[in-house]
Amino acid sequence: MKFTKRRALAAGAFAVTAAVLLAACSTTTDEGDSGSADELTEIKLQLQWLPQGQFAGYFAAVDQGYFEEEGLSVEIIPSGGDIVPQDALANGDVDYAVAWVPKVLGSIEQGANLTDIAQIFQKSGTLQVSWADSGIDSVADFEGKKIGSWGFGNEWEIFAAMAAEGLDSSTVQIITQDFNMNAFLQGDIDAAQAMTYNEYAQLLESTDPDTGELYQPEDFNVISYEDTVGAMLQDAIWADTERLDSDEDYQETTVAFLKAVVKGWIFAAENPEDAAEGTVAAGSGWGPSHELWMVNETNKLIWPAENGIGVIDEAAWDRTVEGAISAVNETGASPITTAPPATAWSNDWIMQALEELEAEGVDTTGSSFAPIDVTLLEGGN
Amino acid sequence: MTATRNDQRGEVAVRPANQSGAVANPARTRLLGGFLWGIAGVALIALIWEGYKFFGPDNGVLIGELRVLPRTTDLAMPHLWDMMTRLAEPVTRADGALPLWAVVALAALMTLGIAAAGWAVGVIVGVAFALLMQRWRLAEFGLLPWIVISQTVPLIAFAPIVKSWGSRVEIGSFEWQDWMSVALIASYLAFFPITVGALKGLQSPDRIHVELFDTYAAGYWPTLVRLRLPAAVPYLLPALRLGAANAVIGAVVAEVSTGLQGGIGRLLIQFAGQASGDPSKAWGPIFGAIVLGLVAAGSVALLGIILKDYRRTEEAA
Repeated sequence: MKFTKRRALAAGAFAVTAAVLLAACSTTTDEGDSGSADELTEIKLQLQWLPQGQFAGYFAAVDQGYFEEEGLSVEIIPSGGDIVPQDALANGDVDYAVAWVPKVLGSIEQGANLTDIAQIFQKSGTLQVSWADSGIDSVADFEGKKIGSWGFGNEWEIFAAMAAEGLDSSTVQIITQDFNMNAFLQGDIDAAQAMTYNEYAQLLESTDPDTGELYQPEDFNVISYEDTVGAMLQDAIWADTERLDSDEDYQETTVAFLKAVVKGWIFAAENPEDAAEGTVAAGSGWGPSHELWMVNETNKLIWPAENGIGVIDEAAWDRTVEGAISAVNETGASPITTAPPATAWSNDWIMQALEELEAEGVDTTGSSFAPIDVTLLEGGN
Repeated sequence: MTATRNDQRGEVAVRPANQSGAVANPARTRLLGGFLWGIAGVALIALIWEGYKFFGPDNGVLIGELRVLPRTTDLAMPHLWDMMTRLAEPVTRADGALPLWAVVALAALMTLGIAAAGWAVGVIVGVAFALLMQRWRLAEFGLLPWIVISQTVPLIAFAPIVKSWGSRVEIGSFEWQDWMSVALIASYLAFFPITVGALKGLQSPDRIHVELFDTYAAGYWPTLVRLRLPAAVPYLLPALRLGAANAVIGAVVAEVSTGLQGGIGRLLIQFAGQASGDPSKAWGPIFGAIVLGLVAAGSVALLGIILKDYRRTEEAA
């Protein structure tokens, strides 16, 4: 008797777990539903990392209904693993992608047919951070040091800047960095790669074990690649070249899409707190202070935009191409060997979008932009 | 002879079926003993962790340039009590933020659901392959090498392709969801041990038994249902447990690979990025992943209780 009872109990328990699991699955099914209203053109935008303040403008354009005003229903697809934005775009999985210029130049050289239609980040946000007493103040000081880098195409600015100083990868020890700054804090790396909007903030929200308080900017030397010849263009919006060429619906959609994106970034510049809340709601796992810092620093890379947000500066483009050709990493590889085709960038679409917005009385240069001051709290909370 | 090899890890003691009444008490003692040993094991690990953290050098133990034991700083090895209190605190300072343990539990539940779906598909596919290969020798020769080769494809190459295919599947009102890509990858890892275990099990009846069925003029189906399937159970259960473990690992890795939001894999990456400023937080999803694995293995152990009449002997897979 006892055994049958226990067996019945086990069967019951198994049924309960199975039911719970099925329920868990069914709730996840509902999430992806993006309210497919009629008339709206469905668009997919591929990001290059997890949802976070770096992409605040795109999320703001969704939250504020800017895409809908332009007749679009946009699904933002985060990455965060092995999904490469430009590959997803070239495969036709998505309609637009956000990615760094040198990485996509590499894909274009390997046959992808993509066009930079808006250069959202006008400046490079990459830093190399070392301890204040390390004596590493410039790229020339890298020689013989342990230099941190994330790899995966994020390293080209380092090698381009080193090449300009006559250094190559054999003169330094390249150490692959993790998702956090622990390797630097523990002394495994002499100078670590950091984005102004993320990893640099991670340092400033970590506790100094010697003082028991948070690290201060004075504790670090910061080399900004924007001040070196290695600076390269970063977050840009990429589109499918062939569809831009021949597909009239896609051309119209592109202008409408860019208009909404520009409005989203204007919103993020004027309301960084709301924009940060939006990216937290979209699934960024960061606390409010880190997220606000990220939106604010991202704004600084975009605004003010003298020629209008998203317009590609030919000189900066050429500098990126030259840097990409000159950069050689520790395996002897370069992102590109020759200059990319003329189709790799075009200001036609962003200019059209900006003209239409200016006709509506929108300031697309951010002339009145002023960053805010953000206080980071421990752990980014 | 490995008659009645007990499997104590699953806390399901296998008993000879003929001693029913007399063993109630020893069984309970054994169960209790199992729990105690389990707790003692966890306590020992905790003691080693804190002991090494207390006595070990800050910079870890190095042989030449090679670090053989980790650093003992709070950054590298937070105190266990810090990790536990961090679990109880809200995940961020934002209004209405859930405590860390709840966020981890929700994510673990989602991953468990996906892994379970993957495991179920893996069981169906795995058993189907095994039946096919047991029925026709030719199928075994033709299929088995491919099944083995299938497991050598690296997940990071495979995941983006599955996701890319998935984004194009749309049949009527059915639209491929991102979690299905993850479940598919989980099933891809889960089906392999199940196929191999089930095949071995189906082929395990002694020749004398098979010939006995032949003399009864029993056809394929009666032989399958009354002889081969019962004989396969002791081989199948460990295979199912391996499959469950593989499905969980596959789901976690595929979540990271395909960038799926909401599961434990995503939390691992997200909180690892926050480990400099909040070292204890990064351990939350690690504990979640451990519990997840235990629950998955435990659920399969429940299957073992249901099928215990057939578990006279059990082979390690």
